Amino acid sequence: MTPDLMEEGVRRVGAAQAPADAAGQTESGGRAAGFSRVAVPGEVDVAHGRILYLEDVHVSFDGFKAINGLNLDIAPGELRCIIGPNGAGKTTMMDIITGKTRPDRGTVFFGSTIDLLRHNEPQIAALGIGRKFQKPTVFEQLTVFENLELALKTHKGVASSMFFKLNSAQKDRLADVLRTIHLAHQPARPAGELSHGQKQWLEIGMLLMQDPKLLLLDEPVAGMTDDETARTAELFLSLKGKHSLMVVEHDMSFIRTISEKVTVLCDGAVLAEGTLDEVQGDERVIEVYLGR
Amino acid sequence: MTTPTFSPSSSSVQLPAPAPLLTRTGWTAFIFALIVVCAVAPLLNLWVPASSPLHLSDYAVALLGKIMCYAICALAMDLIWGYTGILSLGHGLFFALGGYVMGMYLMRQIGRDGNYQSDLPDFMVFLDWKELPWHWALSDSFIATLVLIVAVPGLVAFVFGYFAFRSRIKGVYFSIITQAMTYAAMLLFFRNETGFGGNNGFTDFKRILGQPIATPTMRMLLFVLTGLTLLGFFLLGRWLVRSKFGRVLQAVRDAETRVMFSGYSPLPYKLTIWTISAMMCGVAGALYVPQVGIINPGEMSAANSIEIAVWAAVGGRATLIGPIVGAFLVNGAKSWLTVTAPEFWLYFLGALFIAVTLFLPNGVVGLLRRSKKEAKAAAAAAAPTTAAVDANTESLRKEEGAA
Repeated sequence: MTPDLMEEGVRRVGAAQAPADAAGQTESGGRAAGFSRVAVPGEVDVAHGRILYLEDVHVSFDGFKAINGLNLDIAPGELRCIIGPNGAGKTTMMDIITGKTRPDRGTVFFGSTIDLLRHNEPQIAALGIGRKFQKPTVFEQLTVFENLELALKTHKGVASSMFFKLNSAQKDRLADVLRTIHLAHQPARPAGELSHGQKQWLEIGMLLMQDPKLLLLDEPVAGMTDDETARTAELFLSLKGKHSLMVVEHDMSFIRTISEKVTVLCDGAVLAEGTLDEVQGDERVIEVYLGR
Repeated sequence: MTTPTFSPSSSSVQLPAPAPLLTRTGWTAFIFALIVVCAVAPLLNLWVPASSPLHLSDYAVALLGKIMCYAICALAMDLIWGYTGILSLGHGLFFALGGYVMGMYLMRQIGRDGNYQSDLPDFMVFLDWKELPWHWALSDSFIATLVLIVAVPGLVAFVFGYFAFRSRIKGVYFSIITQAMTYAAMLLFFRNETGFGGNNGFTDFKRILGQPIATPTMRMLLFVLTGLTLLGFFLLGRWLVRSKFGRVLQAVRDAETRVMFSGYSPLPYKLTIWTISAMMCGVAGALYVPQVGIINPGEMSAANSIEIAVWAAVGGRATLIGPIVGAFLVNGAKSWLTVTAPEFWLYFLGALFIAVTLFLPNGVVGLLRRSKKEAKAAAAAAAPTTAAVDANTESLRKEEGAA
């Protein structure tokens, strides 16, 4: 074999592999997801291109199958909307991911290495999963500022809390988030005095302070004015890419503004998946929404 | 992460400054209380002749000393109930445990001056015991006693709290269990064979640190010590509740799930404040016993623990100054009523608790604060009447003291 043929061979092999190398990873992670990669404990391993992975999850409450063979996965940086009729298991699914409810069986992974079923709520929050509840849950007796300060990502042990002092970087971050949630003019106001929409925003602000990798948002725009809803959509779109978001909503126009991929849950399992137009055109989806 | 700031406003955000340990008025009131306890009271009791109207009687010193011990308990109760939302009906146990540790030391201080002229405490001679039981081993040492006063209630609270909080026992269930724990301990201490003097408990103390215990000077010394402890614990409580630790406790009270989803494990927080609270009660009990001269299992009765909660509720939960005020108000009323109309005391206590629950959810201090706020609003609304309102708010501020 002549040297020019060998060079030509190397060039062709390189050209064939270039697209995969340029993308860094394929859908399944490509070479980056090889067995030789280093797994850092506590860090989310997204080499396989999935930050959240649920497989064949089952939960029943007194015989009622709230979650029935649920399979779902979310890519890093994805904004996924979840819709579904009442009782479809949307909130239960979030309970399972955040450690509040234990599934009867199934697999729930955060990245490729962290088995969420082995952790409790505070640990899961510390790993980087933030959650907003359906009913806005803030600390009503504390001020807006104190609410955000508590949520700040830092050591959360007893001793470090006793001697905790905000440093200037943390103060800047707090001020940033206060501006983002449009409460910068009233940081000293007790959270209990805020309007419903403002409480929703404060809770979202608390999530931002936690700096989570995955945000679970249960009906984030319920009770908001149109203006507030529009600003929330803007905020979520700006978070997309850097964070993964899972949004449960009933407000279809809101979903239309933010969504790329929509998952329809029904009776504890995935009924359909696709763009909003696709699922809205799906016969089965129309059936569960319009009655049977 | 860089937080996305769309619609960025150029104006910088004014973050509220952290609250000081005490405000200026607070420090003034604190120093004032310090002077009253350390200088005025001893002066009026020991140096002003009994014939003078300014004289502070021995009875008053004993009563105030006792109430200050109760106030420490109320303060401890406020930390766990007012700030953390966990109602304990077992704080009487921790109080009694501290008292019993102190009582054991005082019994050993009697030496051979007891009725039976024995090295052993009288009740042991009476039971025909030949040597000290093992758990009395450290009772000769004052230093060990000081350590045990906080260690015993602290340890009991820690172990109990660990299992209760780990099992996520909350609300009324927790209250009932603490009550049951206290009752069980009372039955245990009533028994002669446990070595705590049975239903008579410990009494007839003669000396403390080798000094006679029943002299006016010693009584005054204990009074001052109790006052200083109360003030010290008040500052400790202030420091705790205004730290981030204190805000996490309030967050646990208001929305525990949110606390968990914010990455805090509530267990160590609850356990810490619960144990601190129990230790404070233990200290209160240890100061109480030499002043009243007796400790018996009656201190562990259900009513005592409930009364501590009543003091905190009457004064005002989650205010720190409130429970102290409450302890003085309720016990002042008690010592007056049990003399003038002893049969009505329990009815009065029950009625008081119901009235406070129904009409004063934030207690006396909460009421004062509200009327102060309203007075301010009224002053802002009606300028002509400022003089009268000013006088009103001024007096309120004084009453509110260090809060």
